[in-house]
Amino acid sequence: MSAARSVRALSALLRVGALEALAYRGQMLVWVLASTMPLIMLALFGAVAHEGPVGRYGEPQLVAYFLVTFIVRQLTSSWVSWQINMEVRDGTLSTRLVRPVHPLLAYAAEGAAAAPLRAVISLPVAIVLLVAVGWRELSSDGAIWLLFVASLVGAWLLSFFVSASIGALAFFMESSVKVTDVWLAVFFVFSGYLIPVALFPARIQAVLDYLPFRYQVGLPVELATGVHGRAEALALVGRQWIFVLAAGLGMRALWQRGFARFSAYGG
Amino acid sequence: MKRYARLLSAQLRLSFILAAQYRADFFIDGFIEVLWTSTALVPLLIVFRDRASVAGWSFGEALVVVGFFTLLQAVLEGSVNPSLVAVVEHIRKGTLDFILLKPADAQFLVSTSRFHPWRSVNVVTAGAIFVFAFRTLGRAPSVGSVALSLGLLAAAIGALYALLLLVVSTAFRAVRIDNVSELFVAIFDAARWPSSVFRGVARFIFTFVVPLALMTTVPARALLGVADGLEVTGAAFGSALLLVIARWVWLRALAGYSSASG
Repeated sequence: MSAARSVRALSALLRVGALEALAYRGQMLVWVLASTMPLIMLALFGAVAHEGPVGRYGEPQLVAYFLVTFIVRQLTSSWVSWQINMEVRDGTLSTRLVRPVHPLLAYAAEGAAAAPLRAVISLPVAIVLLVAVGWRELSSDGAIWLLFVASLVGAWLLSFFVSASIGALAFFMESSVKVTDVWLAVFFVFSGYLIPVALFPARIQAVLDYLPFRYQVGLPVELATGVHGRAEALALVGRQWIFVLAAGLGMRALWQRGFARFSAYGG
Repeated sequence: MKRYARLLSAQLRLSFILAAQYRADFFIDGFIEVLWTSTALVPLLIVFRDRASVAGWSFGEALVVVGFFTLLQAVLEGSVNPSLVAVVEHIRKGTLDFILLKPADAQFLVSTSRFHPWRSVNVVTAGAIFVFAFRTLGRAPSVGSVALSLGLLAAAIGALYALLLLVVSTAFRAVRIDNVSELFVAIFDAARWPSSVFRGVARFIFTFVVPLALMTTVPARALLGVADGLEVTGAAFGSALLLVIARWVWLRALAGYSSASG
């Protein structure tokens, strides 16, 4: 397929994805509202900070941290592993295979296309954030914000690659939905989603630097709330993109092998 | 009454036979439930690392709340949620009609239709949390406190069931939002902390609108032996009121139900 056709196909897929997201806006709203975890955590840590700062975080810093976490998670989460599991089991994946677009590209486009609507739904939270804590708790450095955008894209890709890899396990086992559950539980604890990574004991923090979780949520949030200097931020984003690359390669390998098995079912 | 007891035992037997077919799930589901419980414990460990109390609760006392939260979650995941979520599916597919035709109360039938015993592993986890909590506190609860907290636990389960039934009843009107129960499960997550960590509007909502306080904090205070009469009667009365309202809304929703054909 030529590059021009790929671009045309991709833009069509994005349009379809955006329309689909809009058609199921009620469901989408419920999913967004159901992502209450950062706010529940804010209640606990806020109550603690009310009596005295937690590590480097005072009350306004924690408000900013968890509200940005809510927004970042909305923009970067991927649920493609559930979709792949469903489509492998009921066979609808076959219809994707006859199309002249790689299924992974189609999944990615559908996921990305939902981002604008999620952004719109997250907007009220962003406004609350600005009203509640103002710009003070957010980074004032333009270069950091550029890195924030890079880290947001990296976080989205990393989440998608991991989710698609777990989804691909469905080619090898009956269902990999429970693998997703396990991953999610560990991810929740160690990604900065429930607890700012900086609050873990130093030894655990050192380990978390070399695990992918923090780069899926924590890093963009830390950049937006301005806890890193430029050099440190650049190094962290560099490390994030190494994880992105590794996860991408892992996903490709799993899909190639899985595909071979899927066709072996004889459709 | 006797007939309903027989019906319940038949429904339970069916669920257990189904579950026994997926024995490996016992370990997998159990492992996952325990893992998720730790997502409630780790933040507490972090917070109490360098302080003795948060919002008036010590580490051991906060653990008792997490214990009740874990227990209720086991009830929610193992029995309340699977049955009531099926109602949404029945409405969407039109199969609710088959249940309405049966010669027994529809609410009873749908509420007891599906149990996932493997997902109730957390009852054991909750027990371990209680033991750990009281070892941390360095004392044991009195017999009276245990009895009172068990009574309040029953009230909490009633309230939990009533709230989810209310949520599910909305599915009669808004069929397209079939994930609405997820929203309730997400809000219920707030019950993992003692209600005094919430301030302002959130505290009001979690006490009077979605009474999470009566579900975990009040039973925990009873077990710790510090609950006052007002809390206890409030919890019992609130739970009974919720059950009555939920029954009324369910009957109204059914009356307005025109089945899949209409």
